[in-house]
Amino acid sequence: MLQNHILSVAIWLPILAGVLLLLVGSDKQAALTRWAALASSITAFIATLPLYSQFDVLKGAFQFEESVPWIPAFNVNYHLGIDGIAAPLILLTSFTTVIVVLAGWQVITKNIAQYMAAFLIMSGLMIGVFSALDGLLYYVFWEAMLIPMFLVIGIWGGENRVYATIKFFLYTLIGSLLMLVAFIYLFQKTGSFELTDYYHLPLTLKEQVLIFMAFFMAFAVKIPMWPVHTWLPDAHVEAPTGGSVVLAAIMLKLGGYSFLRFAMPIAPDAAHYLSGFMITLSLIAIVYIALVALVQKDMKKLIAYSSISHMGFVTLGFFIFSQLGLEGAIVQMISHGFISAAMFLCVGVLYERMHSRNIADYGGVANTMPIFTAFAVLFAMANSGLPGTSGFVGEFMVILAAVKFNFWVGFLAATTLIFGAAYTLWMVKRVFYGEIANPHVAELKDLNKREFLILALLAVMVIGVGVYPKIITDFTHVSAAQWLGHMAVSKIPVAAGL
Amino acid sequence: MTLPNICLIIVLLPLIAAAIVGLFGSKLPRAAAHWLTIGAVGSAFLLSLNVLNATLDGHAFNGNLYTWLQAGDLQFNVGFLIDNLSAMMMVVVTFVSLMVHIYTIGYMHDDPGYTRFFSYISLFTFAMLMLVMSNNFMQLFFGWEAVGLVSYLLIGFWYTRPAAIYANLKAFLVNRVGDFGFLLGIGMVLFYTNSLDYATVFQAAPALASKQITLIPNVSWSLMTVTCILLFIGAMGKSAQVPLHVWLPDSMEGPTPISALIHAATMVTAGIFMVARMSPLFELSDTALSFVMIIGAITALFMGFLGIIQNDIKRIVAYSTLSQLGYMTVALGASAYSVAIFHLMTHAFFKALLFLAAGAVIIGMHHDQDIRNMGNLKKYMPITWITSLIGSLALIGTPFFAGFYSKDSIIEAVAASNITGSGFAYFAVLAGVFVTAFYSFRLYFMVFHGKEKWRETNHHDSHAHDDYHHHHHGLSAKDDPHEPGWVVKLPLILLAIPSLLIGYVAIESMLFGHFFSDAIYVNSSAHPAMAELAQHYAEHFHTPAGMALHGFLSLPFVLAASGVGLAWFFYMKRQDIPAAIQQKFSLINKILENKYGFDAFNERVFAGGARFIGEKLWQIGDVQMIDDSLVNGTARLVGRISGIIRQLQSGLIYHYAFAMIIGAFLFITFFIKVN
Repeated sequence: MLQNHILSVAIWLPILAGVLLLLVGSDKQAALTRWAALASSITAFIATLPLYSQFDVLKGAFQFEESVPWIPAFNVNYHLGIDGIAAPLILLTSFTTVIVVLAGWQVITKNIAQYMAAFLIMSGLMIGVFSALDGLLYYVFWEAMLIPMFLVIGIWGGENRVYATIKFFLYTLIGSLLMLVAFIYLFQKTGSFELTDYYHLPLTLKEQVLIFMAFFMAFAVKIPMWPVHTWLPDAHVEAPTGGSVVLAAIMLKLGGYSFLRFAMPIAPDAAHYLSGFMITLSLIAIVYIALVALVQKDMKKLIAYSSISHMGFVTLGFFIFSQLGLEGAIVQMISHGFISAAMFLCVGVLYERMHSRNIADYGGVANTMPIFTAFAVLFAMANSGLPGTSGFVGEFMVILAAVKFNFWVGFLAATTLIFGAAYTLWMVKRVFYGEIANPHVAELKDLNKREFLILALLAVMVIGVGVYPKIITDFTHVSAAQWLGHMAVSKIPVAAGL
Repeated sequence: MTLPNICLIIVLLPLIAAAIVGLFGSKLPRAAAHWLTIGAVGSAFLLSLNVLNATLDGHAFNGNLYTWLQAGDLQFNVGFLIDNLSAMMMVVVTFVSLMVHIYTIGYMHDDPGYTRFFSYISLFTFAMLMLVMSNNFMQLFFGWEAVGLVSYLLIGFWYTRPAAIYANLKAFLVNRVGDFGFLLGIGMVLFYTNSLDYATVFQAAPALASKQITLIPNVSWSLMTVTCILLFIGAMGKSAQVPLHVWLPDSMEGPTPISALIHAATMVTAGIFMVARMSPLFELSDTALSFVMIIGAITALFMGFLGIIQNDIKRIVAYSTLSQLGYMTVALGASAYSVAIFHLMTHAFFKALLFLAAGAVIIGMHHDQDIRNMGNLKKYMPITWITSLIGSLALIGTPFFAGFYSKDSIIEAVAASNITGSGFAYFAVLAGVFVTAFYSFRLYFMVFHGKEKWRETNHHDSHAHDDYHHHHHGLSAKDDPHEPGWVVKLPLILLAIPSLLIGYVAIESMLFGHFFSDAIYVNSSAHPAMAELAQHYAEHFHTPAGMALHGFLSLPFVLAASGVGLAWFFYMKRQDIPAAIQQKFSLINKILENKYGFDAFNERVFAGGARFIGEKLWQIGDVQMIDDSLVNGTARLVGRISGIIRQLQSGLIYHYAFAMIIGAFLFITFFIKVN
C-alpha cells in the first residue's frame, strides 16, 4: 500500500515523528530523545530514497502522483507529484535533516525534544512544498513551514533574535499574502486549484504580469533577491547553527523552485517580458552582494551574503531560458545546499568553542585544529567555485549559458570568480592562517567524531557532485527540456492579442 | 595494455598516493609518505616515457573516459588527447616532479609538515597531468584551477608566516583575474562552435575566421581576436605575464622545491602550453598574436631588469623565470609555437636545476637567502657549484647548452616574424639576452666566487631575513657551509644532464621535423617565421653542432658574453661601481625596487577600491536605504498611522456615538445622491 504513497510517507513520516517526539521526549531523557530524533531523521531519509531509485529519468510527466479530494467545495485536492527538478531537492531536504539533527546533538541542551521536533516537522513540510501540485495545498505547506523556523530562531537563537524573527516573519508573510491573492484570482478563472489547470490557462499579458509580480513578491523574498534580502543576514546571525543550515540549504531553494513550478510556467509571457528585470536583479545579487560580503566582519553574515550572491546564479540561470542555464541553476541549488550547510556548520564548530562569530577574534586556528582546517579550506574552495567541487558545476554552466545569452551578462556573472574567491579566502586567511592570535585559539580542540562525521559526509557530497554532476543532470534533463518547451509557448489568448 | 589505460594509470597513481598520504599521513611513518609518492610519480614517469615512445611511433589517442555532464545537446566529457605534445609534457612534468620529490626528502627533512608536503606535490602532479592530457576545454579548466589550488596551498605551506599567507591569497586572486578572462573565452568558444572538444572546435574554427561580432554598439570586432585574447588573459595569469605577473615573485614564500616544480618548471608554463594547444585558433587572428607578442616582449625585458637589483637568491631566479616566460610568449606571438614549447622544455630542466641548486645553497647557508652574505661556496659545495654553472650557462644561451638552441631559435623566429610589434619584440629579446647574462652571473659570482662574506660580522639586514624569522639561523662566522646529502645532489646531477644535452638532441625533430606536426598548426603563408627558420637551418647550419658553432659568431652570443663580463667586472673586480651607479641613478633604482609600482597600485586601487565600494554598498545601500528607509521606514510609517488612528479610540462613548451619527448621515446622503 505504501508503494503508491511514497511522497505522502516522505512528508508525513518526519512530521509524525516530530509530533511523537514532542509528546514523549524530554530533557530528562536527553540521550534517548536525541537518538530517537536521529533514528527518525534517518528513517525519513531512507523513506525518500525510492524517489531516487524508482524515478524514471526518461519521463517528463509528474511521477509518484497521488490525488484525493481534500476540500471538495472549493475543488481543493491533496495532489502530490514530482518531476526531475523536485526529486533531487527532496533528497537534499531529507539528507540535510539528518545533518541538522547531528549538528544539534551537543549544543542544544534545553528543550531538546522541541528543537529536534521542529526540524523534523519542518523537513516534512518542506518536502510538501516540493511535491504539492495543488495551489492551496502548496500554500498551506509554504506558510506552515515558517512556523517551526520562526520558533527555532526565536527560542534557540542569539541575543537579537526577536528583531530577526519579526523581520523574517514580516518579510516572508507580506510576500506570501500577495501569492495567496494570485491563487484566488487563478481559482476564480479556473474554478480549481490544480496546478496543471493553471498551466493551460490562457491569460493576457497584463494578467500574467500581475500574477507574476504577486508570486515574485513571495519567492524573491525567500531566495532572497536584492533588494528584499536584508532579512537573511539578520536571520542567519541570530539563528542557531541548525537553523542556519536549513535556512541556507533548503529554504532559499524553495523560492527558486517555486519560480520554476509556479510563477514562470503559469505566466510564461510575463516571465519573458520581465526577464530583463529579473536578470538585472540577479546580476546585482552576484556583483553588489559579493562586494558587500567582502567587508563583513561577522562570519555568519559573510556566508549569508555569499548565499545571496550564489543564489543570483540560480535566478540568472532561470531567466536566460536555455537548457544549459536552467540545469546549471538546478545544480547550483543542490550544490549550494551542501556548501552553505557545510560553511555554516564550520562556523558552528568554531562558535561552540569560542562563542564568537567575529573574524577578528580568530587567527591561526590551523595550528590547533588542523583537521578542521582541512575541511574548512575544502568548503571554502567549493564556495569559491573550484573545479572538482560541486560549487564549480552550476556556476560554470550558468556563466557559459550567460555568455551565449549576452556577453556582458556573462562578463558580470563571471566576476564571481574573483569576488567569490576574494571574500571566502580572505576570511580563511584571517581565521585559519597566521600565528595563534590569542589564548582562546590556543586552547581550541580539534573536531570530535560527530563533527568529523558531519563534515566528512558533506565533503563526500561536495566532491562527488563536482566529479560526477551527471548524477543530478540525469534527473533534471527531461524535466528541464519539457519546462523550456512549455515556456516557449505563449499563453496570451489569440483574440486578446489583436 | 592499451594507451588510454596506461594514461589513466599515469593520472591516477599520483592522485591515489596524494590521497593516501594526505588522509592517513599522520598515522604513517614519514618514510612511507615519501616512498609512496615517489613510487607513484616514478611509475608515472616511466609510463610516460612509454607513452611518448608510442606517440613517436604514431599511436596518438583522442577519446573520452566518461561524460561529466550533459545539458541539452551539449556534452562535457573527461578524456585524453595524447599526441607528441601532451606526451612530451607528461614526460617533463613527471620527470621534474620526480626530481623534486626526491629532493624534498632532504630539503624538508626537519619540517613538521613533511607528509602534508608530499601529499600536495603528488596532488599537483595529478592536476598538471590532467591539464596537459585533456582533450577539451572543461578538463583543461579543471586542471588549470586545480594546479592553482595546489599552488595556493604550497605557497602558504608555512601558514603561520604573514608573508606566506599574504602571497598565497594574492597568487590565487591574481590567477582568478586571469581565469575570469579564460572562462569568458571558453564561453565564446562554446557559443560559436557548440562544443568544448578540441578536435571539434579546431575543425569549426576556420569557418569563423572572418566572423565579426559586436560587443559594444557600433564597434565590431573579429570573433577570433576577442576569443583568443580572452583565452590569453588566462595564460597571462597562469604564466605570469605583465600585468598579471605580480603574484610570482611573492610565491617564493613557499618552500624551494615547489618553487622549482610549480613556479618555474611546470605550472607557470601551462599558459604557454595552452596557447600552443590552441594554435589553430590563434593562427586565425593576427591582432591576438600581436597582443601576445607585445605582452611577452614587455615581460621578457622589464622583468629581467628587476632581477638585477634583487639580493634574495630565490627572487633573482624568480624574476629570471618571469623573463624567460616572456621569451616563450614572444615565440607564441611569432607563430613559432614549437619553439615556445621547446624553450618550455629546456627551461623546465635548467630552471628547476637552478632553483634546486639555490635551495641547496640555502640549506648550506642555514636558511640565509641573501647573496650578499655568501661567496666562495664552490670550495664547500662542489656539486652545487658545477650544476649551478651548467644551469646558468644554459640559461644565458651558451652554444651547445640546451638553452642556446631554444633561445636562439626564439630570437631568430622573432626576427623572421612580420606581425605588428615584432620589431619591438626583437629589440626586447636581444636586450634581454644581455640582462639575463648579467643578473645570472651576478648571482653566480656573488654566491660561488669571491670572499666568504658570511665570515664578516655585519650581516646585511635584508627583508629576506624577516620573512623567515623563526626558521632562519644564518651561518655563523666560524662555520663552513656543507653540501647536503645525496637526495639533494642526485636531482641536481640528473637535471644538469638534460640542461646540457636536451637542446642538441631534440632540436632537429622538435623544430624542424614532424614532432609537433599533428599537434600544432601554423598558417605558413601568413606567418612564415617557422618556415624561414627551417630554411635557414637547412641552408646554413645543417646540424645542431653547426648551429652552435655559428652561434659563437652571432649577436646574442656577443651580448651574453658581455653581460657575463660586466658582471665579473662589477662583482669580482670593482665592487664600488655598482654601488656608485645605484647612488647616481637613484630614481631608476627606486623604480626597480618598487617593481614599477604594480604592487602598490593593485593594493591601493583594486584591493582597497573593492573594500571601499563594498563598505559603501553595505552601509549606504543595505543598512541605510533598504533597512532604515524601506524596511524600518515602513514599520515606522505603519506605527505612525496607527498612532494617529489610535487617537480615535478614545474610549468615550459620546465620541463613538458622534462618529456613528456623522457616518450614518454621510451614508444616507451618498445613497440618496446615487439613486
